Amino acid sequence: MSHIDFSFDPNWMDTLTAPFMTNAFLAGLCIAFAAGVMGYFTIARHSTFAAHALAHIGLPGATGAVLLGLPVSLGLGAFALGGALVIGALGKRVSEREIATGTVLAFATGLGLFFARLSSSASQQMQSILFGSILTITDAQIVGFAIFDAVLLAVLAVIYRPLLFSSLDEQVAQAKGVPIGWMNVAFMAIMAGVITIAVPAVGTLLIFALVITPAAAANILAASPLKAMVVSGVICLVSIWGGLLLASMFPAPPSFVIVTISTLIWAGARAFDALRRR
Amino acid sequence: MGAQTQDPQDGRDAIVFRDAAVRRGEKVIWQHGNFAIPAGSVTAIVGTNGTGKTTMMKAELGLLPLASGSVTVLGRPAGEANRLIGYVPQSYTSDIDSNLTAEQSVLLGLTGTRFGIHPITRAQRERATQAMSFVGIADKARYRLSELSGGLRQRVAIAQAIVSDPKLLMLDEPLANLDLASQRSVAHLLARLNQELGMTIQVVAHDLNMLLPILTGAVYLLDGHPHYADMRKVLDSKLLTHLYGTNVQVVTTPQGDMFVTPSLDEPEGQPMDMHTAAEVAELHHHAHTPSMHHTDHAAPTDRSHKE
Repeated sequence: MSHIDFSFDPNWMDTLTAPFMTNAFLAGLCIAFAAGVMGYFTIARHSTFAAHALAHIGLPGATGAVLLGLPVSLGLGAFALGGALVIGALGKRVSEREIATGTVLAFATGLGLFFARLSSSASQQMQSILFGSILTITDAQIVGFAIFDAVLLAVLAVIYRPLLFSSLDEQVAQAKGVPIGWMNVAFMAIMAGVITIAVPAVGTLLIFALVITPAAAANILAASPLKAMVVSGVICLVSIWGGLLLASMFPAPPSFVIVTISTLIWAGARAFDALRRR
Repeated sequence: MGAQTQDPQDGRDAIVFRDAAVRRGEKVIWQHGNFAIPAGSVTAIVGTNGTGKTTMMKAELGLLPLASGSVTVLGRPAGEANRLIGYVPQSYTSDIDSNLTAEQSVLLGLTGTRFGIHPITRAQRERATQAMSFVGIADKARYRLSELSGGLRQRVAIAQAIVSDPKLLMLDEPLANLDLASQRSVAHLLARLNQELGMTIQVVAHDLNMLLPILTGAVYLLDGHPHYADMRKVLDSKLLTHLYGTNVQVVTTPQGDMFVTPSLDEPEGQPMDMHTAAEVAELHHHAHTPSMHHTDHAAPTDRSHKE
């Protein structure tokens, strides 16, 4: 058994100022914005499990892309978007069908493993796809993230209220003329994009803690959709940046520290809420 | 809200069915709907489970296509006048995973369908406050929906439906899952909406008792056909017994209220349908041919499907 060293790294400032760290912090900012906004809608629409499943549906796309020599994000994004459009087209009710979603999730994960085994390079990438590798994010990825955030902001500026209305009560929104089918497809498509940019940070397995958990904590702490989105984005940012900082001081994988911080904030919010209600 | 203005629908029919039918797959849910519900009325859609009560409301909202015939609501084909309709579906009791407050929820009734960036105006906020005051939840404006009881959440849903000044208010099982006191106050609220704001009100209900004092008529779904009748005609023990498939009595109390009570002393083995064929024919006022009528009665399994 090898020696595990949890000692403090005195050269952590050097690590923190390295160029790859700058990219990691920038990526964290982009991810926190997208996850903060969409996490709220995911919870309001009871689609958290479907969102989680999208990350796993993206897995065979990611390993398949490596197999074909394509960028991981491209394969991941294509599969997540395909899955999102199918789930979205089937309607909001389908995204609540846990058994069907879970079955597809398991199958997709298995398929991802199969593709990974077909080539040694995909096999090597498997771990970073499953658990993230925020320290290897490239300049090109950062540009992609920033463009996605800009598109997300523009789309949400247009569909914000109808999307919120249909998330809260689909039947009333439909009766009032909101095109709920399109809202659902739009939501799932955006979600696929959020997952595509968040997977490089924490991987497909831990993504729930980065997209849903901060929004759940924010829902407890803030009493309006907009405030909750801001709070959720801040929690997400604190988790990622805090994770990067601690991971450079102590030898722990950033993904682990990121989801730990996010989980602790959520647990703290729950405890605060329990005390407040007494 | 505000003072009652002259309603252009006054004296006209709010909802008109012309030989309307709804089908789900091969199965006819109901057909030969021929009736008119006057504006300003308070009506219930009555029937046993699975006769298509919610389906009827959805057809009136244009959310379900008709297999034949037409449904006209507020002078326009079903679905085209939804801007003038307030709708409260049955799902308000479901889990709320959102942190929305009562006021934000009511405001969505005004702003929820608008694309683009529109900050909420002072006028919109005032209308929301008026709607909440009318239904008696003004003090709960800042509460989250998840903190409110079922009865209060029902009122939030009603406030959201009335904030846009609808002419017609439709509620699907508004009294289900409420305790007696809440049922009573919701019924009272519906009466005030009808009398003070002049709204035409339609309610899906499986239990008529609490609504009896305020109802002016009822649409009853019997043997696969919707019928509309004045309340005095509906309150016939024979019709109600036939309608519910269980023994029902109508009692006039000293207070003048009439109650529909399923009697507990139903003898074992007694046939459910207490009507002779002639009586059933007399109770029905069909506007269609007898041969069609016969076909409908030949398919009693139609009544067992889920709404």
